[in-house]
Amino acid sequence: MLRFILRRLLQMVLAFFGTTLIVYALMFAGQGDPIQALAGERPVTPAQRAYLTEKYHLDATGVGGFFYRYFNYLGGLVQGDLGQSLTGRQISDILAAAWPVTLKLAVIAMAVTVIFGVTAGVIAAIRRSGVFDHATLVLTLLVLGIPTIVLAPLAQYFFGVRWPIFPPTAGAQPSFYALLLPGIVLGSLSLATALRLTRTSVTENLRADYVRTARSKGLRRRRIVGVHVLRNSLIPVITFLGVELGNLMGGAIITEGVFNVPGVGFNLFRGIRTEDGPLVVGIVSVLVVVYLLSNLVVDVLYAVLDPRIRYE
Amino acid sequence: MTQSSARPTPASPTPPGGHLLEVRDLHVEFRTREGVARVINGVTYHLDAGETLAVLGESGSGKSVTAQAIMGILDTPPAYVRGGQILYQGRDLLTRPEEERRQIRGTEIAMIFQDALSALNPVFPVGWQIGESLRERAGMSRADARRRTTELMDLVRIPAAAKRLGDYPHQFSGGMRQRVMIAMALALDPKVLIADEPTTALDVTVQAQIMDLLADLRRDLGTALILITHDLGVVAGVADRIAVMYAGRIVEHADVRALYRAPAHPYTKGLLESIPRLDVRGQELSSIRGLPPNLMAIPSGCPFHPRCPYVQQVCVDEVPHDLVLGDGRTSACHFAQEVHDDSAG
Repeated sequence: MLRFILRRLLQMVLAFFGTTLIVYALMFAGQGDPIQALAGERPVTPAQRAYLTEKYHLDATGVGGFFYRYFNYLGGLVQGDLGQSLTGRQISDILAAAWPVTLKLAVIAMAVTVIFGVTAGVIAAIRRSGVFDHATLVLTLLVLGIPTIVLAPLAQYFFGVRWPIFPPTAGAQPSFYALLLPGIVLGSLSLATALRLTRTSVTENLRADYVRTARSKGLRRRRIVGVHVLRNSLIPVITFLGVELGNLMGGAIITEGVFNVPGVGFNLFRGIRTEDGPLVVGIVSVLVVVYLLSNLVVDVLYAVLDPRIRYE
Repeated sequence: MTQSSARPTPASPTPPGGHLLEVRDLHVEFRTREGVARVINGVTYHLDAGETLAVLGESGSGKSVTAQAIMGILDTPPAYVRGGQILYQGRDLLTRPEEERRQIRGTEIAMIFQDALSALNPVFPVGWQIGESLRERAGMSRADARRRTTELMDLVRIPAAAKRLGDYPHQFSGGMRQRVMIAMALALDPKVLIADEPTTALDVTVQAQIMDLLADLRRDLGTALILITHDLGVVAGVADRIAVMYAGRIVEHADVRALYRAPAHPYTKGLLESIPRLDVRGQELSSIRGLPPNLMAIPSGCPFHPRCPYVQQVCVDEVPHDLVLGDGRTSACHFAQEVHDDSAG
């Protein structure tokens, strides 16, 4: 197990360099005149140009220059220096402000998914082909069929404007309550998937031979379902939830955008829109690490949950 | 091998004149999309304390379904009990509420299954699974259950039992897994043990070990055993009596020696003749012609008639009743006496 984790960590180093290189290249290599892009429509004086050229090491040109700047950037990154955004703010400061918001949002979404999705999935499986099962099937298909870009404004309009139960936008320092509606919208998608997955998994396990054995031991149905079946059924569900949590930690561009939640996705989107290269690369680099780590945690968790799986 | 007086007879209260367990005219059907399959059509057999009854028959003959009906673990739907009685110590289990039947499972009647790998829960250690019955049903503390579990694993001869409590089913060999199943079934000291093809998934040497273990346990603990199998070889050394099943009925029922010496039903005769023998070499192995019947359209009269070498018009028209041949043996064949005399001669 330890060797598996060490090997995965080494693979992560490679994956990290690979992804940052690609993002860095996409963001900067295509720019015609980075200094003009930085200034936008305004004219740039020769003195400013000379200063910026030196500051961003733009005097080295071509592929060599690109790698010079990339490794220069990586050098800072490895030391924990994410650099500055084009607006002059420290990217680490931006992330430090945005991440707690995204984290809260992720926790709300995850709670909604687990409390409603997994529970409803178990009930639907136990009462297979009943009213509850059919109702949840229709509802989940509906939710899965509607893209977030439609679902989020709809929820905002109905529950924020038409019937003002929740604040329609979150604002700069969002309270827990203000994050509830975007959290539910964000969670509804993974809720639907978790429900379908749980239902299928529980249904399958209810038919398993070990259930017949448990019955022949004279155990109560509550215990057979609650201990034997659930413990087996939740292996794929928890794996899914782990991956999903990794996704949620990366911020939700659309949901955060619609509800004006100042999280990671919101900042990333702003960076893309304003062509703020350092900001985008900085955020994505950190996201890559978060995502790789959460995947590693899921893999380890999988082995803990299922004793048949042993990593060499 | 009839019941010897040396065998300890348990103090269980079998009503006078009655049997410990008795199945009477049981009918079970499976309702599927394709139609109704009549899986059990009037099975009758009994089991006395401490004895071994072998239930023999090919796949689909209804052996396992009868056992599951006794345990009360049939999956409904698709399986429905349509009639009959299952008497345990004189009370009809089929009329009892589910809670009472649950109480009987494990403590009075226990069952072991064919494929121990899938019958054990893959994500719990075997010690936990054996101990579960002790904790949940017998109300033992964790420590007591652990101690008793180790004893049970010793009893079924799992080497280094104490060290293997925490191992998972997939870490055991096939034979050891079946021993775990047996230990689990014996945990609550049942009076009846139903073994549903306990050796089918195992290789031959391990099969013999498991059969020896079952025979020893039966002798030492005085547990009555219903041994379900399709393998005549497995039965010979262990069983007292044999009930042969075909198309959801008992077609022949006899003392094991009498049956081997001279079968009184053409189906049993065919089964015995299809066993490869070392002393008769160079001959083609005989087999029973035809295929087992489709349970959604069981042939008229005697269900075996399309495959039977003794077939006459009466077999097509009339369902044969059990013909009593003496010594408590019966055969559901119109020509039972002729078949018996043929076999004996």
